[in-house]
Amino acid sequence: MPALTQSIALAEQRSAVRKGPSRGLDAVFRGCSYAAAILVLLVLAGILGSIIYGGWPAFQEFGFGFLTSSAWNIGTEQYGALVAVLGTVASAVLALLIGVPVSLGIAIFLTQLCPGWARKPVAMTIELLAAVPSIIYGMWGLFVFAPLFARFVQIPVSNLVEGMPILGTLLYARVPSGVGIFTAGIILAIMIVPFIASIARDMLEQIPTVLRESAYGIGCTTWEVVRHVLVPQAAVSIIGAIMLGLGRALGETMAVTFVVGNANRLSASIFDPSSTIASRIANEFNEADGLQLNALMALGCILFVITFIVLIIARLLTRRVRAA
Amino acid sequence: MNAASAMPAGDLNRGNPSTGRAVRIAVRNLNFYYGAFHGLKNVDIDFYDRQVTALIGPSGCGKSTLLRTFNRIYSLYPEQRAEGEILLDGKNVLDPNLDLNELRSRIGMVFQKPTPFPMSIYDNVAFGLRLYEKLPKSELDGRVEESLRKSALWDEVKDKLKQPGTGLSGGQQQRLCIARTVAQKPEVILFDEPTSALDPISTGRIEELMEQLRDEFTIVIVTHNMQQAARISQYTAFMYLGELVEFGQTDRIFMNPTERRTQDYITGRFG
Repeated sequence: MPALTQSIALAEQRSAVRKGPSRGLDAVFRGCSYAAAILVLLVLAGILGSIIYGGWPAFQEFGFGFLTSSAWNIGTEQYGALVAVLGTVASAVLALLIGVPVSLGIAIFLTQLCPGWARKPVAMTIELLAAVPSIIYGMWGLFVFAPLFARFVQIPVSNLVEGMPILGTLLYARVPSGVGIFTAGIILAIMIVPFIASIARDMLEQIPTVLRESAYGIGCTTWEVVRHVLVPQAAVSIIGAIMLGLGRALGETMAVTFVVGNANRLSASIFDPSSTIASRIANEFNEADGLQLNALMALGCILFVITFIVLIIARLLTRRVRAA
Repeated sequence: MNAASAMPAGDLNRGNPSTGRAVRIAVRNLNFYYGAFHGLKNVDIDFYDRQVTALIGPSGCGKSTLLRTFNRIYSLYPEQRAEGEILLDGKNVLDPNLDLNELRSRIGMVFQKPTPFPMSIYDNVAFGLRLYEKLPKSELDGRVEESLRKSALWDEVKDKLKQPGTGLSGGQQQRLCIARTVAQKPEVILFDEPTSALDPISTGRIEELMEQLRDEFTIVIVTHNMQQAARISQYTAFMYLGELVEFGQTDRIFMNPTERRTQDYITGRFG
């Protein structure tokens, strides 16, 4: 069978010409990729390990009392995290309370109501807001916003609620200086709005047109379409975006340090100056040593744990929404 | 005819001499524009009460566009506009003062893809009802069950009404959308290629369903599938390049079209 032998010879010839796959390069590529992934883990473990190591003496010295004590006295070396932890959580929650409705409003406006010509400029403005460095927000918050806030909000509101139960405590400024937890919450809200708004907008935009049309098609008003169909449809991603914003608000340092007042005082009023974990660390790290440094490290650990808890809550929430 | 006597008198009420059916929707001199593009050109057509009318034609011929003018869903997009008259029981749908939400509760629409809302099966059906009627719980339950029965879905979902609508299969989801539409007791139901995303068995069930729904509703369906049009419709309109080429009883259109273009299309010579 000459035809067969000929074709076998041809095949051999071809296989001789064909180049084998470059296994060496593949191994290098694989190694690099693995190394990059492991590097991240190492860095994380290193940071976590070193702040736990650094904070350990403080935890040992004060035990569980570190969390429940509101003391922060450098002279007597008494340290407690309560004021800073409450300040961190309160300012971040205020930021969400203010920022989330605004962000959703922006996202809904941009995707549902905005006339075509205005879409680009408004979206651009929002994205520019995200590009402003946090120190600018801090400076503006302290020198421009705080005095106005003191004059037009803190003083009138304090006068109004003075003596009232609950509100009289919650909204009363002993020293209406303009700085405090609420101011920090407002500045943080401005900082997280662009993040939440732009993610929420992208998610609302990804909703299939037919779903939107069929909601309008049964006679819904725009509000009903948004409230009952579009927002629930995008709920998982919107919760994710909110948690991202919360994470940012918890850890934000520069802007908050400017406007939070940096007082170590336990107060029930959101107008009073206080501290957050990040602002306390930023303020004192330069001159701290000994037990004070350990206490600051311990605060860092607690911030780590708080953001970790936020992450877990976000996971649980998105899972529940997805199941529903 | 009951329906005919209930309708306002006038030219539009003349009905169809051969069947005695009354006209439910009368389209007069309708032009449609996507920006500068002229999507529908001087369309005149009648849709008869409690009949299925199929709109057929090659892609881009304007059949979906025509369907989307009836409930003015196109008005979500500012660059789209319609001129002319679409008379629903004698009232012009294109009247700018018309209450759009009310119009859409009277003209239901089912889309190319199933569009269950992100809520339970029960709420999907009850949602549209709650928008327009304040019903006590027991009556709402009854209406939901009735609608699910009418859309041939009740037996499959009666034990899992609280589960999300998105968990159903594609065909079930589409029947859920039909139930949602039927629940509002509309006068007209528009189907925009309702089976194009479904498998043959689900398609068969939806077709059977339309046969039953015809007893109660006026149905207009856009379809790419000519066999489907022949199977389920009593009237067929063939459209081409934004014009209505031929309209008549389905049997006649398929067996004995008067227009050359209709004949070419249904015999597969272009399309």
